[in-house]
Amino acid sequence: MSTTTAKIQTAKVRKRVNTDRLTLSIIGYATLIVLAVFCIVPFLLVVSASLSEESSIIEKGFQLIPSTFSTEAYGLLFKYPAEMLRAYGVTITVTLIGTVLGLFLTSMTAYVLSRRDFKWRGRFSFFFFFTTLFSGGLVPSYLLIINFLHLKDTLLVLILPMLMNVFYIIVMKSFMSSIPDAITESAKIDGAGDFRIFLQLIVPLSKPALATIGLFIALAYWNDWYNALLYISKSELMPLQYYLYKMLGNMDGMRKAMMASGAVVNTDLPTESLKMAMTIVATGPILLAYPFIQKYFVQGLTIGAVKG
Amino acid sequence: MKQKQHGFWDDVKKYRTLLLMLTPAVLFFLVFAYVPMAGIVLAFKQYNYTDGIIHSPWNGLDNFRFFFGSGDAWRVTRNTALYNIAFIVVNNVLQIFAGILLFEVAGKWFRKITQTILFLPYFISWVVVGAIAYNLFNFDVGTVNVLLKGLGMQPVDIYNTAAYWPVILVVVSAWKALGYGTIMYLAAITSIDTEMYEAAEIDGANIFQRIMKITVPNLIPTVIILVLLAIGNIFRGDFGMFYNMVGNNGLLFSSTDVIDTFVFRSLTTSNEIGMSAAAGFYQSLLGFATIMLANYAVRKYDKDRALF
Repeated sequence: MSTTTAKIQTAKVRKRVNTDRLTLSIIGYATLIVLAVFCIVPFLLVVSASLSEESSIIEKGFQLIPSTFSTEAYGLLFKYPAEMLRAYGVTITVTLIGTVLGLFLTSMTAYVLSRRDFKWRGRFSFFFFFTTLFSGGLVPSYLLIINFLHLKDTLLVLILPMLMNVFYIIVMKSFMSSIPDAITESAKIDGAGDFRIFLQLIVPLSKPALATIGLFIALAYWNDWYNALLYISKSELMPLQYYLYKMLGNMDGMRKAMMASGAVVNTDLPTESLKMAMTIVATGPILLAYPFIQKYFVQGLTIGAVKG
Repeated sequence: MKQKQHGFWDDVKKYRTLLLMLTPAVLFFLVFAYVPMAGIVLAFKQYNYTDGIIHSPWNGLDNFRFFFGSGDAWRVTRNTALYNIAFIVVNNVLQIFAGILLFEVAGKWFRKITQTILFLPYFISWVVVGAIAYNLFNFDVGTVNVLLKGLGMQPVDIYNTAAYWPVILVVVSAWKALGYGTIMYLAAITSIDTEMYEAAEIDGANIFQRIMKITVPNLIPTVIILVLLAIGNIFRGDFGMFYNMVGNNGLLFSSTDVIDTFVFRSLTTSNEIGMSAAAGFYQSLLGFATIMLANYAVRKYDKDRALF
């Protein structure tokens, strides 16, 4: 084949490749934009409703662009913030303690299971893994926590049941297995104990995995409302999401809460816009933090996927 | 070389630090996972609070007879399984599709922003999703009805019509899981050897052929793992989702009641301890059998792809 025909051939292929690329790009951008709109519009609707005047919501319903702008709902929330702040306090406390403790225990467990020289690692792994295959169900756990552990209406009940999760242990273990054994070996020769090796060598080397799992745990605690639904009846122990849940379903409760914090009894509270403003305030910190968090998340998931 | 026989206690001594490090996790799973498993006896007892778990009288299979005789058993089992099958199929297809497109589109900024937006719903609690649903579907002020009225059509009473909910719940599930799954698949695509793509390009494959012949087949291991994990939970309803979207709305039960909401309701509102324990046990058994079968099937097809 002469060089000219070869060149023409290549040019043809390239041209075809370019049109294919173009088609794919059009499909790709269009689809992704549609999906992104689909993901973000519901949030915008809530933001818009929280900034609307109650009367216009009643008259025209929730709209994407508020027809009348008003910050009344937020004003009310921040005027008597006692209940809301207490709920924030509970959530922040639970999230902090739960994440630190949970992360420490998860990584320590994962480290032991990642040690190839540990004779019983298979047996212990199975002991943990089995709990994902079979469980006693809601009723036995419920009775255990209420009748035997007596954890009803305590902060502990919001922390303990979610402290550890087999999936996190597995992800962490697979990350730690990729750390060369030679590091542990040489530290041993230098006379370091197992716990010291874990704390001073393995923990600093596992930062990406710790960040990812830590974020998973923190997110679970921040968004938890289920344990509160089951085990919390005292209003001063309500975490943020459960408080929101209560208020969404019960505006009378909202009125009472406002009265308790010293508000003048207002029979016509802006119910609809207030619900939406509360939703925004309860979501706020997550929405603000998550674009920054997300990059670690992606990194961590990459690890998970490569190992998986 | 040591010739001394190593006994069990010698091993305990040798691994004492590691065993100590495992102790908190072992205790945790004993208390919160294994003790509730023993609580399954409740399913065979006529529980009353004065006698407690141990002294309440046995009643054989009466709880199961009651559960299966009530007519709820078939409904909740069918709903749970069908919803999960729909979630698995729809979510994975969408996520793979979005993952591939995200990998192929060129703009770095576009990719970053889209990724961030798609991930947004993953970070919020089901309570907030419930509030968003209220904003959309409320009869008087919901956005959907605002739009319908704007188009001159009759408003629809979504919260009182069972037929709409399968569609709504599938869409909401896809919405919430899209970002997470997309990143998971994107990570898997990124780890595919680029030489394969280069070779295909030299052979004159167009971009669609490359996607179908290289990207998709290379994603199969990831798909299998994710689907296998999901199949293990096919009889487990996402309580947070169903409860916050639907609540205790009896009008919708025919299409929205799943095993988890049923068990929760029997436990907390009608206080049917024995029957809800029986339903929970039935759920665990179904789940266990499904994961065993699915794993067996994958093992037959390819041993390395199985979970265990």
